[in-house]
Amino acid sequence: MSDPVRDAFREESAELLLDLENGLLELAESQDDDEIIGRIFRILHTIKGSGGMAGFEDVSAFAHEIEAIFEEVRNGHLEVSRELLNQTLAARDLLKAMIDDEGESSLRQEEARQLTEALRTFFPQTNETAISAEVSDDVVESREETTERLYRIRFRLAPDIFCKGVNPLYLIRELKQLGRCRVIAQVDEIPTLQEFDAEQCYVCWDLILLTSAGLNAIRDVFIFVEDDCELQIDELSFDDDEDPNRLGEILVERGDLSSDDLQAVLSERHKIGELLVEKNLVSSSSVDSALVEQEEVRLQQKRNSAGTSSIRVRSEKLDLLVDLIGELVTVQARLSQNVAGQTESELCNISEEVERLTWALRDQVLNIRMLPIGTTFSKFKRLVHDLSQELGKSVQLVTDGAETELDKTVIDRLHDPLVHLIRNCIDHGLESPQQRQTAGKPSMGTVHLSAIHAGAYVIIKVEDDGIGLDAEALREKGIAMGLIPANSELGDKELFSLILQPGFSTAKSVTSVSGRGVGMDVVRQEVESLRGTIEIESREGAGTCFSIKLPLTLAIIDGLLVNIGGDNFVMPLSAVEECIELDHRTVEKAHGRNLVHVRGEIVPYVRLRDFFEIHGPLPELEQVVIVEVEGERVGFAVDYVVGEHQTVIKALGKLYRHLQGISGATILGDGTVALILDLAGLSKLAEREEKELSA
Amino acid sequence: MNTAENQSERQQYLTFRLGEEIFAVDVTQVREILDLIPITRVPQMPEFMLGVINLRGSVVPVINLRRKFRMEQVENTRESCIIVLEIQLEGEQLVIGALADSVQEVLELGEEQIEPAPRIGTRLNTEFIRGMGKKEDDFLIILDIDRVFSSDELARVQDVGELAEEG
Repeated sequence: MSDPVRDAFREESAELLLDLENGLLELAESQDDDEIIGRIFRILHTIKGSGGMAGFEDVSAFAHEIEAIFEEVRNGHLEVSRELLNQTLAARDLLKAMIDDEGESSLRQEEARQLTEALRTFFPQTNETAISAEVSDDVVESREETTERLYRIRFRLAPDIFCKGVNPLYLIRELKQLGRCRVIAQVDEIPTLQEFDAEQCYVCWDLILLTSAGLNAIRDVFIFVEDDCELQIDELSFDDDEDPNRLGEILVERGDLSSDDLQAVLSERHKIGELLVEKNLVSSSSVDSALVEQEEVRLQQKRNSAGTSSIRVRSEKLDLLVDLIGELVTVQARLSQNVAGQTESELCNISEEVERLTWALRDQVLNIRMLPIGTTFSKFKRLVHDLSQELGKSVQLVTDGAETELDKTVIDRLHDPLVHLIRNCIDHGLESPQQRQTAGKPSMGTVHLSAIHAGAYVIIKVEDDGIGLDAEALREKGIAMGLIPANSELGDKELFSLILQPGFSTAKSVTSVSGRGVGMDVVRQEVESLRGTIEIESREGAGTCFSIKLPLTLAIIDGLLVNIGGDNFVMPLSAVEECIELDHRTVEKAHGRNLVHVRGEIVPYVRLRDFFEIHGPLPELEQVVIVEVEGERVGFAVDYVVGEHQTVIKALGKLYRHLQGISGATILGDGTVALILDLAGLSKLAEREEKELSA
Repeated sequence: MNTAENQSERQQYLTFRLGEEIFAVDVTQVREILDLIPITRVPQMPEFMLGVINLRGSVVPVINLRRKFRMEQVENTRESCIIVLEIQLEGEQLVIGALADSVQEVLELGEEQIEPAPRIGTRLNTEFIRGMGKKEDDFLIILDIDRVFSSDELARVQDVGELAEEG
């Protein structure tokens, strides 16, 4: 089980397989993109190689079969077809199952055999010996492929080379095919026009070539001009710990400059390149060429160090780290609270310093857990591909904001709800190609998946350009099911959100939304458990858009600490807009209605003291915290506002799982527990209570 | 040899007092005993759910056993304490606190010292009782603490909770 080599391969291959899937799906869109084909080939090659090393012989063998097919594709002997891609996708899934060790191994073997057969039918005309002969070649190749080297090639052709029918540009072109290549022509020897002989070659070239092909391959390029050419090939090192050579050193190394001259010039301490040219020691093109080399070596070093600077860490370790930070934040709050009454300035300074460090540490640790949401997005490409085939609809998935970062836990837990929404969009939202054409829409439907940052939130949208929701039908159904009163005057938004109600999916009579809402209440629950909200917009005939608004992180939030009758509560600061005072006169003037004027606007408020049945002396002045909840301003009356509080969120546990209006708890500086208010939930509860009272 | 055999049947119990009565819980389920610390009330919950406390960084619910057993309420005293228990609930381990008037001692009882709970006379839901122990002249009510928080009981909590919300 815990074979480290196998585990390492499992982890590595998980990423490779994901890349492979993405590559295949991209290839489906642009079928003759050589770069993608090359990438797929390399991934298969790597899986084959490291699979074999890690002892996954079956994986290695099977990967080889797929690779053989893509070898043909890469060489242009085989066209990419939809059928081929589907089979390859199926093969990828099997590879994954083999690596994850899922399912019966005998079943897997049988499946692998069948898929291999299916894949082999794609070969143009080939016999099996040819394939197996290729294996040994590949293995050798792969070993070299892993190490890219940087070469400096300098060649000067004999002046009469044109007479021999050699075009130097072809040589350069050939070199370029070996890898990344930069070419600098040395043109100093071109004479004035009077002396110029058009049939002579006056130019020589410096090339900096990054290639995995090896020295021999480079020499091979010059094989036909060997006798008429001064050729010098040097390997350049770009080890991490070595500084790239100074310009002067490069020139000396190339023999363009003697080291004595270099020393002499260096002592003058000016920009060395300019100085050397000024003194006519080297030509300006030599300097340019050397500069390019320097740049290239630096680039490689940078790339190398970038590769080594990221490490894999198990997510459990990060969770532990976040827990510890949580405790640190709590302890720090305690420290600050105790120091607040002290007069000793030294202690205050230390406390402030600790506070600053704790916050910085908190931000860093939470940042580590942030992942781009794109990893999830790319999984959906496959989902859309499979679903569109299954349902006979042609659908494209457009994604935006894949780089948007979100806490890893949130991303993981978001996967299922998003699958559900996308499924719904394709299954029920999008019409069949025929219907779309009659409606004057492009026959290919679009599902648009996007993520964007908005303050302390991320908004994720799943949008389709399908049939849309029928608000009237929803209203009728809602009334029939007793979810809304018959005379209710609900806006479209409220009507649409009915589909998030449990059991609403059984609405058979609502043809335009039939089936929509299957498990939509589950989506809503999951989003709400992530302290998010979900909103639906729709235009009949034009499409539907689900917006999920999620907090950036689940572990620690900025909170506003308030006190009611001695009990402390925390409100998420991100929702708070302002705090106003509430005196008895205002309350009396409102004739018992819980309404306040905030700069001309009337805002309803909830008296948390009454709502939570908290007794105790009422202060002379109360305070109302105005928050924004689902686009509306609501106030919550409290005794007084204590201040900001770094809130480490703790779960209340199973016994309180049905509690509404409270989303969790946190530990205050004095060690007591304060409850975190779920403002959206509270305002809904209050609304319901009021309705019942007035009914 | 005899003692070894006997020990396999003997179990240790923590005894505590609620009013005049002595209760006992299996000592393996007791995590620790805390002095009374401030308890944060959670609104909209039935009265026997006293609230939550901070147990070294974890939020732990505390139950008022007097209320749970429908006994008369008294003021807390210096001897009042919170017994932190580990219970099994629907296959999950849960840590809860139980408020007791005072903690007595740890006792060892053999099977022969424990009698099944009488059907009547305890004024308690007999489901909560694992058996009656005897110590000198006193009766001990040995609680099946998991049952006290069994899913049935929880469902009732939820009902009450929902009622509270709706009311």
